[in-house]
Amino acid sequence: MAGLAAAFGSGAMTNTIGDVEDAEVILLTGSNTTENHPVLSSFVKRAVKFKNARLIVVDPRRIKLTEFAHLWLRPNLGTDVAWINGLMHVIIAENLQDKVFVENRTTDFEKLKSMLEKYTPDYVEQITGVPAARIIEAARLYAGARAGAILYCMGITQHTTGTDNVKSLANLAMLCGNLGIAGGGVNPLRGQNNVQGACDMGGLPNVYTGYRPVTDAAVRKEMEEAWGVTGLPEKPGLTVTKMVPMAHTGEIKALYIIGENPLVSDPDLNHAEKSFSHLDFLVVQDIFMTETGRLADVVLPAACFAEKDGTFSNTERRVQRVRKAVDAPKDAWDDWRITCEIAKRMGYPMDYGSSKEIFEEIARLTPSYAGITYERIEREGIHWPCPTQDHPGTPILHTQQFTRGKGMFHAIDYIPPAERTDDEYPLYLTTGRVLYHYHTGTMTRRTDGLNERAPESFVEISAEDAKKFGVEDESMVTVTSRRGEINVRAKVSGMVDAGTVFIPFHYAEAAANKLTNAALDPVSNIPEYKVCAIKLSLAA
Amino acid sequence: MEKENTIVINGNRFNFVQGETILDVAQKNNIEIPTLCHLKGTTPTGRCEVCVVQISGKNDLVPACSTQAEAGMTILTESSSVVASRKQTIQKMLSMGNHNCAVRASLKESWTKYQLKVHQEDNSPELCPAWGDCRLQDLAYRYQVTGGGYSNVKALYPMEMANPFIIRDFPRCILCGRCVKACNEVQVNNAIEFGYDGEKQKIIARDDKLLKDSDCVFCGECVQACPVGALVPKDSRFERPWKTQKVRSTCSYCGVGCQIDFHVKDNRVVKITGAEDTPPNYGRLCVKGRFGFNFIHSKDRLTTPLIKESGKFREASWDEALDLTARRLSEIKKQNGADSIGVFTSARVTNEDNYAAMKFTRAVLKTNNIDHCARL
Repeated sequence: MAGLAAAFGSGAMTNTIGDVEDAEVILLTGSNTTENHPVLSSFVKRAVKFKNARLIVVDPRRIKLTEFAHLWLRPNLGTDVAWINGLMHVIIAENLQDKVFVENRTTDFEKLKSMLEKYTPDYVEQITGVPAARIIEAARLYAGARAGAILYCMGITQHTTGTDNVKSLANLAMLCGNLGIAGGGVNPLRGQNNVQGACDMGGLPNVYTGYRPVTDAAVRKEMEEAWGVTGLPEKPGLTVTKMVPMAHTGEIKALYIIGENPLVSDPDLNHAEKSFSHLDFLVVQDIFMTETGRLADVVLPAACFAEKDGTFSNTERRVQRVRKAVDAPKDAWDDWRITCEIAKRMGYPMDYGSSKEIFEEIARLTPSYAGITYERIEREGIHWPCPTQDHPGTPILHTQQFTRGKGMFHAIDYIPPAERTDDEYPLYLTTGRVLYHYHTGTMTRRTDGLNERAPESFVEISAEDAKKFGVEDESMVTVTSRRGEINVRAKVSGMVDAGTVFIPFHYAEAAANKLTNAALDPVSNIPEYKVCAIKLSLAA
Repeated sequence: MEKENTIVINGNRFNFVQGETILDVAQKNNIEIPTLCHLKGTTPTGRCEVCVVQISGKNDLVPACSTQAEAGMTILTESSSVVASRKQTIQKMLSMGNHNCAVRASLKESWTKYQLKVHQEDNSPELCPAWGDCRLQDLAYRYQVTGGGYSNVKALYPMEMANPFIIRDFPRCILCGRCVKACNEVQVNNAIEFGYDGEKQKIIARDDKLLKDSDCVFCGECVQACPVGALVPKDSRFERPWKTQKVRSTCSYCGVGCQIDFHVKDNRVVKITGAEDTPPNYGRLCVKGRFGFNFIHSKDRLTTPLIKESGKFREASWDEALDLTARRLSEIKKQNGADSIGVFTSARVTNEDNYAAMKFTRAVLKTNNIDHCARL
C-alpha cells in the first residue's frame, strides 16, 4: 500500500469490482485470481467473454486466466520493475501517452522519462526473458485502451522490491491517464477478508484510523481528547516482520496476538519459532488452537464471524455488515469484548454495549467513515470516503484530483531479488495459495470436503526440471533452502516454467515458509515470499 | 403514444427500446410472465417454453424470454391457448422424473409404488429435496397441474454422489439448462454443457466425467440456479426452507466481501447461499464461501480460556485469564517500557475488533507497536 500512497496519496483499490466489466483492456499481474478471488475472477472472465475486453496476463505461472488472455507475458521471477519500465519506454517512444493527463494531473514526469531511456525492449528481454516483441505488443494494447484497468495482488507486493513494483504500476496507469475513470484504475486485490478494514482502523504501526499519522501532533491531540488520555506515543511502531526478530533479540518481551497464526504464515519459520520462544509473555486470542497458540502463556477463545455483529471493509473500500447468525460456543467472546476487558483491568475503561457503539466512535474519529452508519449499510455497503451522512460514498477514487493533489511519478530502477540461484540452490521457489484453502488453513483444513479436494501440500515442477532432478509425478521430494527443508509430493505440471517451482503455504506439516526468505522490502517491510533459491531431491 | 415504439400487452400499451424482449417489457411494467429456464444476466434460450405468450395474427405461441419486442405487437400472456400450453409443458416435466412431492399425491393410482421406487433411488425416505422450494412445484400449483402419470421406469442416469459438495440428482433433472448458463455465463467456469441427444440428453461435464474429475471448481452456482431438486448441496440435502432462518452477512474468505445468507437451524449454520441482487457478488460465491463453513461448529473450537502451567494448558475462568494477562502486560510495561510490547491485530476480525485493539495498544499500552498480516 505504501507504493500507491506515495503515488496517489491513498493506498487502496481505486475502482470497484463491478467496474472491471467496463474496462476495455485489463492488465492482470501477480494475481492467481481464479484461485484466490474466485468471484472477482468471474468479472474478469465475463468482461473478456461477453464485453470484448482484451486481457493481458503477466505471470510466471500458467494460471487459469492465461486461457482467457489475449496476451500472456511470462517474466522471470522478481523482474516486475523491468517489464513495467519496458512498457512505459515503448509508450513514450511511440508517443502513446495521455499528454493532457500527464501535464495537468501529475508531477515528476521528466525524472521518470530519463530513467526509462535505457529500458528498451531488448534490454528488458535480457532481464525478464519476455521477448521484446511481446513487450511492444503489450504496451500498445494497454496504451490504446479508452479505459484500462490494472489488477494486481501479492505476486507484485511480496518482493524486496514490492513497493517499487507498485509505484511502477501507478506510473504506468498515470502515463496512460487511466485513473479516475470507469473501467480504469490501479487495483490491489486484498487477500484476506478484512485487510482493508484492519488498515483503515489503524491496525498499522504508523497511523490511526483513516490513515492519519501518529507523527502528526494535531492528530494525536485530537485522539487524546477523544479518548481522554495523555501522552500518546509519537514514534511510529514496529511491523510484524520487525517485531518477530526483535523478540529474538529480547527487545520485544510480550506479544498479544489476535486471530493470527504467524507460525505458519511468517517467512523463515524455524527462526520465527525460536523468536517466539524468547518472549516473556505471549497471549493468543483465536477460534482454534493454532501452531502459535501452542507457544502461548494464555489462550483466549474468540467468537467467529458467524457469531458476531460488526463490519468488514472489502477490497473495493465497501463497508459491509457482518451479522450474528448463531451463538458462540460456550465461553467464546467477541474479540473486542476481550480486548476491552483487558483494558479495564489495566486501569482504562473501554465500555461498549455493542459493536454498533464502537462503529459510532469510529465514524466520529475517522473522516473517511464519518458518513457511514449501520442504518445506512443495512441493505448495501458504502464505499469510503464517505464524509457526511448525505454523501453517497466514493466508488471511484481520484476523479478530479489525487488525494495528495497531483499524482507523483517515481523514477525506479530494476533491482534483482534478494536471493539468487547458484550451484548449490539451483531452482527458484515461489509460494502462493490454492482454491480450496485459506491462509494457514485454520478454518478450511477443518472442513472435510475442502480437505478431500486438496488434502496435502505439493511442489509444482516442470517436466524438464523433474527429469533433470530425477523426480517423478507423485513422488515425495525433499525441498531445501538455506533456512530449512520440507517433504512434499511432486506434481509435474506445465504451470511453472523450467527453473522455477511453486509450493502453497497453507500446510503447517510441510510449511513452505520454512523455506522462504525473510528479506524485507525496505519501505513496506513485506517479506520476499515470491522468490527464494532452493534445491530438491527424492525424499530419503 | 407513438406506435413505432410500443407494444400492447393484455390490452395495455407499453413503450419499448430496440433489442428488448417481450419478457423485458413485461417485467419492466410489473406484468408477470412465469419463467423457468430463464436466468437473470444470461442470454435467453427459450428452451423450457413456460414463458410462451400469444401474439395476435400468429399461429404459434412464442417464448417471451427470447422473442424481441416489435412495433405493433399485440400480446396476450394468459390466454386460454397460453395456459393450455403451459399446463402441457409443466405436466411433461413433472412426468419425466422423480418429482415426488405433494403435487403428485392427488393421483392415488400407484402412488405408493412410485414413492417406493423413488425412495429406493434416493436412498432416503424423504420427499424430494426441493419440496417447498421448487419452481416447478410452484408452477404446478399455479396452473393446477397434478402430474402426468407415474414414471416407474428406472431412471436413465443414477444420482452422482462422488464429490464432497454437490449431489447431481439426474432423475430430477428437467434439462432446463439454468445450470449450464450459470456455469458458462455467470461464473464462466465452462465446466458443464448439454450432452447426448434426444431421450438420452443429459447435463454433462466434459467427456461426461464425474464432477470431481472434471474442470468443475465447485463454486455451486449451478446449485443456486437449479429450479428443482436436481442439484443440491450434499451437506444440507433435506434442509427445508420453512425450518431455517436466513441471516444476511459478509463472507469471511477473501477481500471480495461477497454477501451471503446464512441458513440457520437450531443455532447451527446448515447452509450458505449467495445474496442475489446485491453487489459486489450478485449471488455468486466460491467453493469456500458456499461450502466451507463446517469449521464454525467444529469440535476443535476453543471454548474456554487456557493458562499454561509448567508447560501444560489448563482450563481457566475468564476472570483468571484476563487478570493474569492484564497483570503480566502491566509488569512488562513497567519493567521494560511500553515499546517492549507488541500487538498483532487481524485482517480476519471486524473493524470494531480492530478498532478496539488499536485503541488498546495506543491508549492503554502507550505504544505504536501494532500491525497485522496484510503483508503476509
